Amino acid sequence: MAGGNGGGPVIKVEDLTVAYGDRPVLWDVDMEVPAGVLMAIVGPNGAGKTTLIKAVTGLIRPVAGSVAIFGKPYAEQRRLVGYVPQRNSVDWDFPTTVQDVVMMGRYGSLGWLRRPGRTERALAMGALEKVGMAEFADRQISQLSGGQQQRVFLARAIVQDAAIYLMDEPFQGVDATTERAIVTLLKEMRARGKTVVVVHHDLQTVPEYFDWVTLLNVRCIASGPVDQVFTDRNLRLAYGGRVSYLTHHSPGETFTGGEGGG
Amino acid sequence: MDFLGDLFGNYTLRTVGLGAAFLGIVNGVLGSFAVLRRQSLLGDAISHAALPGIALAFLLTGSKATLVLLLGAAATGWLGTLLVMNIVKNTRIKYDTALGLVLSVFFGVGLVLLTHIQKMPVAAQAGLDTFLFGQAATLLARDVATIGALGTAVLLLVLALWKEFKLLCFDPDFARSIGFPVRPLDVVLTTLLVTSIVIGLQTVGVVLMSAMVVAPAAAARQWTDRLGAMVAISAFFGALAGVGGALVSSLTARLPAGPTIVLCLSAIVLVSLLAAPNRGIVWNWARERVNRRRLQTEAVLADLYVLAMRHEDLGHGHPVSILRTMSIGHGGVERSLEVLRERGLVRVTGGDTWSLTPRGLSEAGRLSGKREEGP
Repeated sequence: MAGGNGGGPVIKVEDLTVAYGDRPVLWDVDMEVPAGVLMAIVGPNGAGKTTLIKAVTGLIRPVAGSVAIFGKPYAEQRRLVGYVPQRNSVDWDFPTTVQDVVMMGRYGSLGWLRRPGRTERALAMGALEKVGMAEFADRQISQLSGGQQQRVFLARAIVQDAAIYLMDEPFQGVDATTERAIVTLLKEMRARGKTVVVVHHDLQTVPEYFDWVTLLNVRCIASGPVDQVFTDRNLRLAYGGRVSYLTHHSPGETFTGGEGGG
Repeated sequence: MDFLGDLFGNYTLRTVGLGAAFLGIVNGVLGSFAVLRRQSLLGDAISHAALPGIALAFLLTGSKATLVLLLGAAATGWLGTLLVMNIVKNTRIKYDTALGLVLSVFFGVGLVLLTHIQKMPVAAQAGLDTFLFGQAATLLARDVATIGALGTAVLLLVLALWKEFKLLCFDPDFARSIGFPVRPLDVVLTTLLVTSIVIGLQTVGVVLMSAMVVAPAAAARQWTDRLGAMVAISAFFGALAGVGGALVSSLTARLPAGPTIVLCLSAIVLVSLLAAPNRGIVWNWARERVNRRRLQTEAVLADLYVLAMRHEDLGHGHPVSILRTMSIGHGGVERSLEVLRERGLVRVTGGDTWSLTPRGLSEAGRLSGKREEGP
């Protein structure tokens, strides 16, 4: 593994507290992400899921607490981290092409005054092929559907070639085909030793898609392997008992991660 | 011909034209970034906030040298921007309100100072009020040299920081996550915008300067889907309007340059909004019309196919009135039949009756098949 800090967690969040004004959004959160897992962060609206990811990537300054990536602060390790923002956080009418957006994933390693060239274009095309968007390379980005926009963002993350990926709601508003394609891609990433953390909102699919889960509601309710942590009790704690998931699944049901191995 | 002769022979006009072209280019480039960042109105606030700076620079130094006045303009222009950002960050006041506040307060102070200067018993004060609406004819060769030097510096910086600015405009969160110094880049880009606005103030005037920032970029966006092309076209539009407006103003007694430049810009924007391919209004209207007609024609073909399927004799003619009844809601039956006849898909079988040709039958069958297996 890149960073090589033995068998320790790749992300270690300690006592993290974030507040907007006087309202705490995250309160004393501890979370460890082991290497090579596919982790979902779930919790009700306003639980601080996005905030947690933004605090880990240094986009939000916490009131207290610390985040370590492979044992060091984010600023020293940003080459190892790929961040995928929410799709609707950008203006998709921006005058640029699909390939251009994907190449932005290389900007961090390009350095000052250097322009993306043939290498970057080739990398971008490779990533677009992986997400099934190669024929859209020269399209203007405003012509894309929601699912296609999400795939472009994932392709941009792929060209970053990071060790850890943090994704904010990649399944938000995408069609079933894209959802399956994204899941396949995430499992592929995990198979290649990447660690992937995903903000997720669909409880039903957690056991099928992920092997690790963090239940969040301002505080960290539980964090660990899905089959140990994703329980009725914890869900009730996180969602305050109003979970439709509970009515569909009897307690004690075994959770298996879909087409295992991935 | 007189005009062209003047343009090439007249030293003053050449100077004015050159200066206007340059500030048009620089503002077109920086305006593109401002428009894409939804900061169009920031330009308005900056230019208005520059007025007290010009007046103060004169009051403090007693000099009317362009560089001195522009430095003053840049100082208060920047101060205004800083104030807008801090109001938004530290109070509950929203961005548009903060812009309005800063713009009017600074402009008001500027007007008071300007009035005060007008009443001063020195001869040197004359001419400062041309900064309100701009006076291209007052551009001297050394002013143009100042504009050129500052403008070149601005353009070089934009070129050097191209990919950084591009990502800053498109996805600032991602930019920060990969380690771009987003805050300093923001400061640099805003400073470049302030600089480009300030060098245009003498020619265009503080009141209308924001048009120089916004209009070329808005027009250019209509013509392209690439950032590079947008910036280039915007620069071209800016130069075109700048030169056009400045020359007309210079050739007409006491006509300020700001309004004439804005008129040129308006023409460019109007044409772009209407006629640009893909995004233009006329273009969209024409495309919709073509689509509607194609659908109408296909519908009539499908109707004929349905009728034909109900008769043993496939060549049996069907009156137009039946087709018209079937076409309630889309219309255009006669036109569609004419189009289909030209394509050899239908033929006239009697006075007012039509039927499918064998080719029409297979084409209609193919279309209806395609529709059934469609999404």
